[in-house]
Amino acid sequence: MLVDKYPKEIDRILAKFPPERKRAAALPLLYLAQREYGHVSKEAIREVAGILDVDPTQVGGLVGFYSLLHAKPGGKYRLQVCTDLPCALRGAEEFAEELCDNLRIKMGETTEDGLITVEEVKCLAGCDKAPMFQLQAPDGIHYFENQDLDSAMELIEELRQRGDDA
Amino acid sequence: MPEHILLRHRDIPEIADLDVYLKHDGFTAFEDVVKNQTPEQVIETVKTANLRGRGGAGFPAGVKWSFLTPGVFPRYVVANADESEPGTFKDREIMEGNPYQFLEGIAICSYAAQANTAYIYCRGEFWDLAHELEGKIEALTKRGLLGEGLFDTDYSLMIYVYLGAGAYICGEETALLSSMEGEIGHPRLRPPFPAAEGLFAKPTVINNVETLTNLPPIINQGADWYCSIGTEKSTGPKIFSLSGHVERPGNYELPFGTTFRELIFEHGGGIRDGKAIKGILPAGASAPLLPATDEVLDTPMDYESVPKVGSQLGSASIIVLDETVDIAWMAYKTTSFFKHESCGKCAPCREGTYWMYHILNRFQNGNAAPADIDLLNRVALGIQGKCFCALGEFSITPVVAGIEHFRSDFEALTGDGK
Amino acid sequence: MSEELVRLKIDDIDVRVPKGTKVVDAAKQAGIEIPVFCHHPKIESVGMCRMCLVEIGTPKRDRSTGENILDKSGQPQVEFWPKLETSCTTPVSEGMVVKVSSEKAIEGRKQILEFLLTSHPLDCPVCDKGGECSLQDLAMGHGSGESRFVLDDKKHLDKHVPLGDLIVLDRERCVQCARCIRFQEEVAGDPVLAFAERGRNMEIVTFSDPGFDSYFSGNTTDICPVGALTTVDFRFGARSWEMDATASICTHCPVGCNLMLNTRREASANGRQMIKRVMPRQNERVNEIWICDKGRFAHHFATSDERLTKPLVRIDGKLIETSWKKALERAAEGLKAAGEGVVGLASGRVSNEDLFSFHALLKSIGGRAILSDSQAGGALVQQVGVGQGTDIGGLGVRDAILVIASDLHEEAPIWWQRVMGATKRGTTLVVANARKTRLDDYAEHVVRYRYQEAALTGLGLLQAITGAKDLSKFSGDELLKSAAKALTEAENLVIFYGVEGLTYAESKSLSEACAAILVETKNIGRAQNGLIAVWPKSNTQGAWDMGLRPAEGDLENALADAKAAYIMAVDPVGDNPNLAEIFNGDRFLVVQELFMTPTAELADVVFPAQSFAEREGTFTSGERRVQRFYPAVKALGETKADWSIIASLAASLGIGLESSSAARVFLRITEEIEAYAEISYQSLAEFEEQWPPVGEEDLYYGGTTFKNRQGLGVQLAPAAEKDQSIKIQWSAPPEFKGKKGYLLVPVVELYDRGATVMPSENLHSRLASPVLRMSLKDAKSIGVMQGAQVELLLDGRTEELQAIAEEGVPEGVILLGRGLGVPIAEPEYVEVRLKA
Ligand SMILES: Cc1cc2nc3c(=O)[nH]c(=O)nc-3n(C[C@H](O)[C@H](O)[C@H](O)COP(=O)(O)O)c2cc1C
Ligand code: SF4
Ligand code: FES
Repeated sequence: MLVDKYPKEIDRILAKFPPERKRAAALPLLYLAQREYGHVSKEAIREVAGILDVDPTQVGGLVGFYSLLHAKPGGKYRLQVCTDLPCALRGAEEFAEELCDNLRIKMGETTEDGLITVEEVKCLAGCDKAPMFQLQAPDGIHYFENQDLDSAMELIEELRQRGDDA
Repeated sequence: MPEHILLRHRDIPEIADLDVYLKHDGFTAFEDVVKNQTPEQVIETVKTANLRGRGGAGFPAGVKWSFLTPGVFPRYVVANADESEPGTFKDREIMEGNPYQFLEGIAICSYAAQANTAYIYCRGEFWDLAHELEGKIEALTKRGLLGEGLFDTDYSLMIYVYLGAGAYICGEETALLSSMEGEIGHPRLRPPFPAAEGLFAKPTVINNVETLTNLPPIINQGADWYCSIGTEKSTGPKIFSLSGHVERPGNYELPFGTTFRELIFEHGGGIRDGKAIKGILPAGASAPLLPATDEVLDTPMDYESVPKVGSQLGSASIIVLDETVDIAWMAYKTTSFFKHESCGKCAPCREGTYWMYHILNRFQNGNAAPADIDLLNRVALGIQGKCFCALGEFSITPVVAGIEHFRSDFEALTGDGK
Repeated sequence: MSEELVRLKIDDIDVRVPKGTKVVDAAKQAGIEIPVFCHHPKIESVGMCRMCLVEIGTPKRDRSTGENILDKSGQPQVEFWPKLETSCTTPVSEGMVVKVSSEKAIEGRKQILEFLLTSHPLDCPVCDKGGECSLQDLAMGHGSGESRFVLDDKKHLDKHVPLGDLIVLDRERCVQCARCIRFQEEVAGDPVLAFAERGRNMEIVTFSDPGFDSYFSGNTTDICPVGALTTVDFRFGARSWEMDATASICTHCPVGCNLMLNTRREASANGRQMIKRVMPRQNERVNEIWICDKGRFAHHFATSDERLTKPLVRIDGKLIETSWKKALERAAEGLKAAGEGVVGLASGRVSNEDLFSFHALLKSIGGRAILSDSQAGGALVQQVGVGQGTDIGGLGVRDAILVIASDLHEEAPIWWQRVMGATKRGTTLVVANARKTRLDDYAEHVVRYRYQEAALTGLGLLQAITGAKDLSKFSGDELLKSAAKALTEAENLVIFYGVEGLTYAESKSLSEACAAILVETKNIGRAQNGLIAVWPKSNTQGAWDMGLRPAEGDLENALADAKAAYIMAVDPVGDNPNLAEIFNGDRFLVVQELFMTPTAELADVVFPAQSFAEREGTFTSGERRVQRFYPAVKALGETKADWSIIASLAASLGIGLESSSAARVFLRITEEIEAYAEISYQSLAEFEEQWPPVGEEDLYYGGTTFKNRQGLGVQLAPAAEKDQSIKIQWSAPPEFKGKKGYLLVPVVELYDRGATVMPSENLHSRLASPVLRMSLKDAKSIGVMQGAQVELLLDGRTEELQAIAEEGVPEGVILLGRGLGVPIAEPEYVEVRLKA
């Protein structure tokens, strides 16, 4: 249970908002749940709703609305390539395709070892450094810019190593 | 402009360090207003400087602050750091490179609004950045520049970072408030405007990151100095995010009124690979596409001039398209963005973006019929003027202008419709 | 809404409406229809479907003077806003000009409709809502006939998504108007529906456990403007135009919600006419346009195959079917033999006509007519009940409500909903109970007392209000005093009192205290003020009015003293198995019932009665509104209406009672019972136009709730309306001697396992369970793990039950739902031990 495991962190989150507006802590707590469980399951939704004193429905609806929250498990890392217009003008779509081919998956799929899910996303505010992607990792979201196939594969290799260690 | 006013880290690389920032007049403006000025005085200065909102609409910040319902407390300030417009990446650079100036801007705004709590609504993707900012806020608190009883007055201020979770609509100010209150990011009816009933139903100021970052220099150097930069009605410096088919994409801090030509060809190094320029999207995906005529290229980039040639400056994210770009494809890409980001609250945007996308997809797949061009246009016009918020209205602009200026691109992709 | 009127012009018609009215509602009032999907007149508008677009203009003003600028003809110049505006979100303003029928407005709305239709499956021929669907109507009236979009990419979504056990969502049909979501949040107070996903993937979801967990869920199917939400009970049951509609009144609780019973002959029931669905019928003073799910779904008992259909008599120890003639003869014989020793026992489940005749019969033979419940105060309600014209929905900022010893959410859901609604309009709510109830969340003052101190608390409030010396020993703490202050300061005050945890004696003392509070604060004898008893049955107040009285806590002795008993619409043996002994002897017993109850099984004669759906009559609600219900289906078998059976029995005894029709019985009521003197079946059937308009041509606007053309009923004037000098004598509550063990308190749960609920199988998964709920501390000391089996020693019997620990249960107390199979009428001390 989150409340047992992260009491301090939860308190810190709740302290940011007026006590009668606890519900404002929904997104930060959902992030916490996602970090803990890898995705936001129905049980996790109940836990968060319990902390916020609201019906689980008022929390559950958020998960599908926000693209960084995931109701279903995916790869350990979600590699999200921006293929929006500005990046596409600078070769992002080709990059994304090459990357998928190289990992022998289709866009949106997860590598066989369950490590990487490649996804297309909309503009990430890194348009001048395309191709670029973000890595949604268990510990947070990180940007990787001015990428090419080699640099991306190097990163993935590193993640594989890390995964083995862990 | 040799010296940067906003992107100061380009001149002083270490300015993201608090000591360095303090050495370069950091927090003198905030100290000055808290100790020596009334909130009304600050608002007056900002009004005189005619600081206009950099989030897209260009509304004068000082005027907005003066709409706060008198006598109702607590009040809140929210910095809009949702920056999700395709082609916009200026707020991110400010927060990464020159964060303390931004934070000082929040502080000044909060004092003027008499708010004791401010939030920074960061798009969720700025995870690392948000954590950096939290560190900076802590550093300020340790130094006594944030917290209780600032500068030995009874003014207190706390700043918190709030991380969104991936939704373009949350940049719209009322959707942002819904999101912060733990709801899905659906925009709300206005009125009441946030200045009357904003965050937690309290009077709230919402400003863009860049807008707020302008405040310390305005306080330090005065409204007159500020008005000497830019044009008469669009004063001050502006960061232009330049992307697409240019040699040197990136942010350029230039005075309002700089022409497209200067930005693209002088600062941006011209079109990549010696190609010809075909069109410009002056405000990301959210304003009409402009054909790159001489008239357009020589248009000054400010809130008054761009509308005269048929578009908007918005958040000044200039996406440059060279001659190889198929405009039907461009329309497909922008529409795909809006279809993905439509919050779903209102029918014309929710259904309309989907149907535009569906038709544009036919062009991409080679099964569009000639009649689809007019159909597309009519669907777009069917959306126009009927949406709940501006997102839906934005969505049609590249499409309608694309058909208007580059109809042949669409025609070239039609067959017998099978 | 303020009374200040605003003038505006809508399509050249001059309209005057109160300030704050939305343009769409102003138009509706003027008879101009603006199509809507998301707007509903009972819910805050959101402006999301954009269907109600109109052109709006406002007078040009001279900035310096603030005066209107006039044109050449002296008329104010009107400036039209650049875009079409949603009329559902725009408030009217003085001099506004609205164009609903301009080309621009019509074209705009056509486009919106087209967007909605492109995503819609257009499966009207198989849709439950076919014939009563706004989208269908609008597509006919406003659509362009043929869509411009190639419909090769319709949504293909799940058409059968159970949101819970009662409501099914058809994702394809949903037009994302959020009416259901907003209803649940604002009107029902159960925010258990929400949108998930975004854009065109947006869908209605619930994460509550159980799914769509709300007693009001059925109402969403009435206000859903399309066929996206349907009830499990009715889904695919019939087309709207194939059914007959009969006005009725709900029999499940004292609110008296107005219903419409939709019926149809069913091949599957041998051509019998069956109730296909129960719908709300508008009565703004009673249930507005809503009903609770029990009222909507628990109707199957009325047409159940388990019903008694023939008279039975006991021959050689067995009950066997017989003719009415023989059964009546046998009953008359038995009662005659008993002479004056006949005790009649009836409940408020049956109509005034039945109870009046019952009372008359017993009077004629010198017997006693007892009301089965142990709640006191019906006579006080006759004196200081709510004044004529009372409307909980009209209570506002300066008013107050006290709810004491009742869990309204379970006992009378629509009252709960209306009281909650009043708090949202600023009414001060005081909730006093021995445990937390859901209404606490909306209360400004929560008074917590210990069980057996409800009457003390009532007297404590009275003491704080009057400061009377003789009450000083009841004086309470500061909390109680501040609650009392709120009651004193209110302009209007309504008190709801229940019987949770109370014996008859306590209930008597509590009801007197409540009545006295109203008298002392002068909140009597006028609308919006007075006493409401939260009775256990729908017509308990009617029973009091017809002259029946409870046994004052001593039913067992009253029956034991009887030589013969005549029992109607109540099952005393089921409620208290100890009574079986009384009837096992040679005491003559006549039972008049719908079902073969444990009491009926012991009877000498059993008369099969008709359900409310088969006959007509009147009920008197807790607010003392007398309302008519009508026969909706053909009588089952040889059943008869209760009043008619009583009249036949009377005839067999040589007594002349009204026997020709319910209407004639009612006439007798009006002759003999003063409070009913001014009313008649005709006056009860009177109606007037109500706001908002619903049903028929207005269903796109207010929903499919039926318009009320069958009568709004009449609220009786309490005696205080004529005689303001009424005095109430309070009495001290009984002393409780230190008894041992745990206090077992029966509480009401809406979905009990009674005979009127069980035949509705759809509700089975929602039924309350017979579990013992105890405090965490007590559970620990008994050694009860969550869900453990325990033995309950109660009145010489042993029951084996599950026990759970629950926060909020007071220490020393065990809560057990009523009507869940474990008979318990009043709070009792019990022993509990872990099962070995
Ligand atoms: C769909 C939509 C997206 C928006 N996104 C942003 C954004 O990412 N950042 C921003 O500052 N303003 C954004 N805005 C504008 C805000 O609503 C608001 O006007 C702005 O934050 C006000 O700040 P300013 O006056 O300083 O510009 C957006 C508006 C719309 C309609
Ligand atoms: S235009 Fe409508 S659907 Fe689109 S984002 Fe705004 S409110 Fe949502
Ligand atoms: S927007 Fe007005 S009815 Fe839906």
